[in-house]
Amino acid sequence: MEQHKYSISKWCTVSDETVSRLDQVVFEGEKGDFAAFAKAYYKANEIDYPKFFKMDALSKLAFIGSECLLMDEEFEKPSSDIALLFSNASSSLDTDLKHCESIVEKESFYPSPAVFVYTLANICLAEVSIKHKLQSENTFFVSPRFDIDLMYAQASYILETNRAKQVLCAWVEYLEGTYQFFGYMVSPYKQGEVEHTRENIKNIYKR
Amino acid sequence: MKKVYITSTSCLSSVGADKHLTWQGIQEGQSGIKKVRQLGFIEDIYAGQIADEVIDTQWNKLNISGVFTRLEKMLIIALKPLIDQNKPTDTSQLILATTKGNINDLANTGAKGANINDMIQRIADLFGFKTTPIVVCNACVSGILAVSVGKRMIQMGVCEDAYVIAGDELTPFVVSGFNSFQAMSDEPCKPFDANRKGVTLGEATAAVHLSANRLEGDTVFEVIGEASIADANHISGPSRTGEGLYQSIQGALRESGITAEQIDLVSAHGTATNYNDEMESIAFDRCELASVPTHSLKGYFGHTLGAAGLLELVVVIESMLHNQLVVSKGYEVSGVSRPLNIITTPSELSLNIALKTASGFGGSNTALLIAKRN
Repeated sequence: MEQHKYSISKWCTVSDETVSRLDQVVFEGEKGDFAAFAKAYYKANEIDYPKFFKMDALSKLAFIGSECLLMDEEFEKPSSDIALLFSNASSSLDTDLKHCESIVEKESFYPSPAVFVYTLANICLAEVSIKHKLQSENTFFVSPRFDIDLMYAQASYILETNRAKQVLCAWVEYLEGTYQFFGYMVSPYKQGEVEHTRENIKNIYKR
Repeated sequence: MKKVYITSTSCLSSVGADKHLTWQGIQEGQSGIKKVRQLGFIEDIYAGQIADEVIDTQWNKLNISGVFTRLEKMLIIALKPLIDQNKPTDTSQLILATTKGNINDLANTGAKGANINDMIQRIADLFGFKTTPIVVCNACVSGILAVSVGKRMIQMGVCEDAYVIAGDELTPFVVSGFNSFQAMSDEPCKPFDANRKGVTLGEATAAVHLSANRLEGDTVFEVIGEASIADANHISGPSRTGEGLYQSIQGALRESGITAEQIDLVSAHGTATNYNDEMESIAFDRCELASVPTHSLKGYFGHTLGAAGLLELVVVIESMLHNQLVVSKGYEVSGVSRPLNIITTPSELSLNIALKTASGFGGSNTALLIAKRN
C-alpha cells in the first residue's frame, strides 16, 4: 500500500470550558457551567443558527467541536465528501435521564417530543450533518473509551473505497455535566502533515 | 476487496421463539402485534410484544447461569445458535446494534444500569470473545448498519468473521416518547397503505454470522453492496425527496456493480407513518425499483427499532432460501404518491438478489444488497 496516503490534517478538543485547536487554546469560557460556555462560544464566533438553542448538551458539544474543525473548510453544499464517525461511552444517557424523569410519576407524566428526539445518540451527529449539509456516510458507535482501532479501520475503509474525501472522527461524551469532545479530520496527505496512523491518533488524543 | 458472506442467521420475535417458528408464523400470515393493556402509564396500545414466558422457556433450554437482564437474555437466545454452529476464534468480532439497550433499568438503577458497554461485555464474556465488542447506536438503521460495519472490519483485515446481534425492548420509555410524537397507530400498522395511521412498536432480537470464509456446498448470502448516507435535512423527519435513501441505494449498487433491474426483492423499512412511507416510495421510484416486488415486515413485528433491520434481513434470507415472496401485511390500497409493486399474495419466485433498507431518526439511511451464493 502507498505510504503517507492520508493525514490527520487538524484536531480539536473541547473540555473544561475550553476549546483547543491543534493544541492551541482558541476559546475559553467561564469555568463550571457547560450551558453558559456553549452560549458564549456561539456568541464569540458570531454563529447565526437558532436551532443551536433547541439542542441538548450532547448535540451542542458535537456542534462546537465540529464547528471548530469545519469552519475553514470550503466545499459545495450539500456534500458527500466529508463523512462523520462519532462515538461516546454514555450514548444519550444525559437526555435519557431527563425523559425518564418526565414519565416515572403518574401525576407529573409529561413526555416531551422535543426532549425525546434527543434520546438517540446519533442525533448529535445528525445536527452536524444538517448544519454543514453533509449528505455523507455516517455512523455513531458506543464504546467504553475512544476506540482508536475501530475509528482507524472505519475511516480508512471510507477513504480507500472513495466513499468520501475526508472523515471527521470524533469522541463526543456528555453525562451529567461531565464532558469531552475530541475530534480530528482525516484528509488526503499533504507534505508535512501528521500521518493517519493508530499511533499518531493515540499521541494526539493524549496531548 | 474480500468477499463477505452471511453464513448463518437467527432471531427471537413476537411471531416466533426462533427463526423457524418466525418463518412458519409468517408463512401462515400470523402477526406478533396484539393489544397490550398497559405499558407504564400508557394503556391499550397495539404492539409486537414477546411474552415473558416465551423468553423464560427459551432461556431455560440454554442452561446458562449468571444474572442477565431481560434484553440480555433475548440477545443471548438469538446469538446462541450461531455460537453452537461456529465457535468464536480469538479474532472474532462481536457487534451489537441497539438504540436503547437496558433503558428499562434507568428508572431503577440510574445511568449505571443502562450502560450499553457493560451489557455487551457481559455477553462477550459469556461466549469467550477475546476482542473488544463494537456497539452501533444509530437509531433505526442500527441493525443493518451493524452488518455494514462488520463487513468493513472483515474487508479491512481486522477480523475474519463477526457475530452481529441486534436488539431493542418494548419499554414505557420508548412508547411514551413515540406517543408524545403522536406517531403511533391506534390499530396494527399498515405500511404503504392509504389508511395507514402511524407506527406500531415492537421488540425483538436477531443475529447473523458474517465471514470471509464459506463452507463448500453451503448456501450463503454475500453482502455485495452497502452504504449509509444521511439526509442532512431534519432530526426527526425524513427528507421530502428521499435523497439520503436514494444516495444509499445508489452507493450500494455502485459497490456491487449490479443494476437496479437485477434486484429481485426490496425489503423496505415501511414504518407506516405518512412521511416515512411517502419518502421511501420517492426514493425507490428514483432508483427505478417501482416494479420490483416490495414489502415492509412491520405488519408482522411492529417497529423493533435497532433490531428491525437485522430481524427483517433474517426473514429476507429465509424468503430467498425458500424462493418465497413474503406478503406486506397490512397493505391493501396504495397510499403513496409513487408506484410500488407491494407484495399482496404469497407466491414463488426465484430470489437471488435482495435490497434491504432502513431509515431512521436523524435522517439516517442504510441500504444493503445481498446475493444468494449456492
